[in-house]
Amino acid sequence: MQSSTKGGALTRRQFVAAGATGSVAAVIGCKSGRQGNWEFLSDEQAGTLGAICDQIIPADGFPNATQVGVLNYIDKQLVRPYRRHQDAYRDGLQKSDASSRKRFGKGLAELALAQQLEAVTAISSEQPEFFELVRSHTFQGYYGSPRHGGNRDAVSWKMLGVPEPPVRGRAQYDLGKGPQS
Amino acid sequence: MKRVNAVIVGAGAAGGIVAKELAVAGLGVVLLERGKWYTANDCRKDDLRNQRTTFLGNAFGPEDEGNPRVWVDGDGGLHNVMPSEGPYQNNAACVGGGTFSYGAQAWRYMPQDFKMRSLYGAPEGSSLEDWPITYDDLEPFYEKAEYEIGISGDYSGTPYHGLRKRPLPMPPLPPGREFGVLGPAARRLGLHPIHIPMARNSVPYNGRGPCMRCRWCCGFACEVDAKNGSQNTVIPIALNTGNCELRTECMVKEILTDDRGRATGVSYFDENGHLQQQLADTVIVSGCATESARLLLNSKSRLFPNGLGNRYDQVGRNLQGHQYTGALGYFDFDTYDDIGPGADIAICDYNHGTPGLRGGGMLANEFIRLPIHTLDRLPNGTPTWGPAHKKAMRDWHRRTIVIIGPTQQIPSAEARITVDPSVKDKWGMPVVRIQGNCHPHTYEIGDVQAERAQKWLLEAGAIDTRLLSQAQNAEKATHVPDANKGGPHKPHSGLIPAAQHQAGTCRMGDDPKGSVVNKVCQVHDVDNVFVIDASVHVTNGGFNPALTIMAVAFYASNALVHNWKGTGFRS
Repeated sequence: MQSSTKGGALTRRQFVAAGATGSVAAVIGCKSGRQGNWEFLSDEQAGTLGAICDQIIPADGFPNATQVGVLNYIDKQLVRPYRRHQDAYRDGLQKSDASSRKRFGKGLAELALAQQLEAVTAISSEQPEFFELVRSHTFQGYYGSPRHGGNRDAVSWKMLGVPEPPVRGRAQYDLGKGPQS
Repeated sequence: MKRVNAVIVGAGAAGGIVAKELAVAGLGVVLLERGKWYTANDCRKDDLRNQRTTFLGNAFGPEDEGNPRVWVDGDGGLHNVMPSEGPYQNNAACVGGGTFSYGAQAWRYMPQDFKMRSLYGAPEGSSLEDWPITYDDLEPFYEKAEYEIGISGDYSGTPYHGLRKRPLPMPPLPPGREFGVLGPAARRLGLHPIHIPMARNSVPYNGRGPCMRCRWCCGFACEVDAKNGSQNTVIPIALNTGNCELRTECMVKEILTDDRGRATGVSYFDENGHLQQQLADTVIVSGCATESARLLLNSKSRLFPNGLGNRYDQVGRNLQGHQYTGALGYFDFDTYDDIGPGADIAICDYNHGTPGLRGGGMLANEFIRLPIHTLDRLPNGTPTWGPAHKKAMRDWHRRTIVIIGPTQQIPSAEARITVDPSVKDKWGMPVVRIQGNCHPHTYEIGDVQAERAQKWLLEAGAIDTRLLSQAQNAEKATHVPDANKGGPHKPHSGLIPAAQHQAGTCRMGDDPKGSVVNKVCQVHDVDNVFVIDASVHVTNGGFNPALTIMAVAFYASNALVHNWKGTGFRS
């Protein structure tokens, strides 16, 4: 579970950390004592999963799934409420990588983006239940509360134009003047 | 432990009211609640873990660990389900029950809702029946609930509600942007839009301030304590009398009976898991439709081998909730104003009176949506992932309006709660088993309601719409059980939409062979056991049931106190 080799996922994570608020990310890293490793995923699994997540929510003018911590979200939940999905992830990621190797001769994480799209489309029809699980979890990590490890800096809420934090104590409304109906 | 006059099981909408009424009347009361007592400080604004969207669990109970139920699907397959999964039909487990985190729509049912069988006749295969009491019997208690709990809103725009003696105690909150879009359109269609009655302070009331209109509303605790449930109204009053003791994290095991068949109290597991007894002159079961039925069924003895009150196999039958259908409208301007509670406009024109349909339901705009709720509510044809989905989220999150409403279910005796013969909870007690569905006519009504919602949205200027009805959503409900309980369900799959609006399992009636309690909520067989909660609803109205649960609780408490003579009851 705790791979000592530093794979692609770690590199991506460091990149994101550097790109965001470096010092804060570093402090969080020290606190966990894991130095970029995952709680459940191996680095290899994280690479494969990240490739799927980033097809589900790719970068456009706004970050893709892994850039806002979706992998972090899924990894954390897999040792918490989503413990029950551990087998599905182990099995699904292994099959996804195998499918990619069969089709392209390379693991999913090593493919170019266009090939990844083709490979992930194949996964969605070959393993519909697994894909649906990842799709749902990716959306939770991207559009859900930052408190659970995804949606870093509430980036998706800002993208949708939903102010964060919400304005509180909305004194501009005169509550004495209710509408007449 | 000291014997008391009454032990109440469950501190939710009904249990809190019964506790207050009895304690104020001078009875000694113990109120047992399986969950904790949360406060406004426990508002976490967590869109993945709350009572409505439960991907990561329920914020206000029960916990996923150790509280399983068994769901029987349409093909007879058995599934162990957790509280965060749709088929569990969860409400909540905490002081206040569902009223701590509800959206707080606080509707009166209509006079017709109490005589559905007389109005429409019972379709074959249904158990449609009249209530043994009428709207007029409940009217004073609806009013009492509206004033003691605290309801804002305004019914005056609709001719479709029963007579009332006093207006609501608080004016409605100022309308949101959706009200401005939908109101004129409804009037153009000849409909009668009104401000939704809400158990939410619009002005200072009962010593607490008004709603601050944040976006974290339905499913969450209220940060400023402006949402009114039993936990911040009647329960504190009950405790202040000195006659009521509230014990939290206490799970009742069974109702104890003597060899003459009268109840002597309850046994329960306390917060440390130790088995305790609380002796009482009378036992009041207020645990919600699923858990109240379970407690009666688990209370077996020589005289009640199939469970207390279950001589005629009626306990647990007629499980109901609400089928929610409606439509999504997409607009070419921002409809989202980031102002809670969001739901503010409703029509009651379609609850009754459509030829060929046995009833209908209220239609209202939806509570304020968080991004997590928009993911599967994008226009028809939107890809479910990839760049087009992400763009659609940006295009539509602030430009949709949802009109949706609870269709009054046509009950079936086969939609029922039993106790599972093998699965036990963490205390070792047999768990709830849920099977069956409401009568299929319910879904036909729901589809018509969806089309009506669509028509309203189009009149309001929607450039595109999507139906939230059984046909459109049959596919969506197949995978992981739908965590968003506000959404529509696949019909006839054996998954009855009950959840937070669950009702019906201990029917009120005059005939002991066809009901569980009499018209004052007293169990037919055992005169010192009462069931007072939504379990007694004969039918569940085309409205959110909370205020009716409260009115019935005030009504039944009134009768209980009136009939009380020392340690027994007038016969």
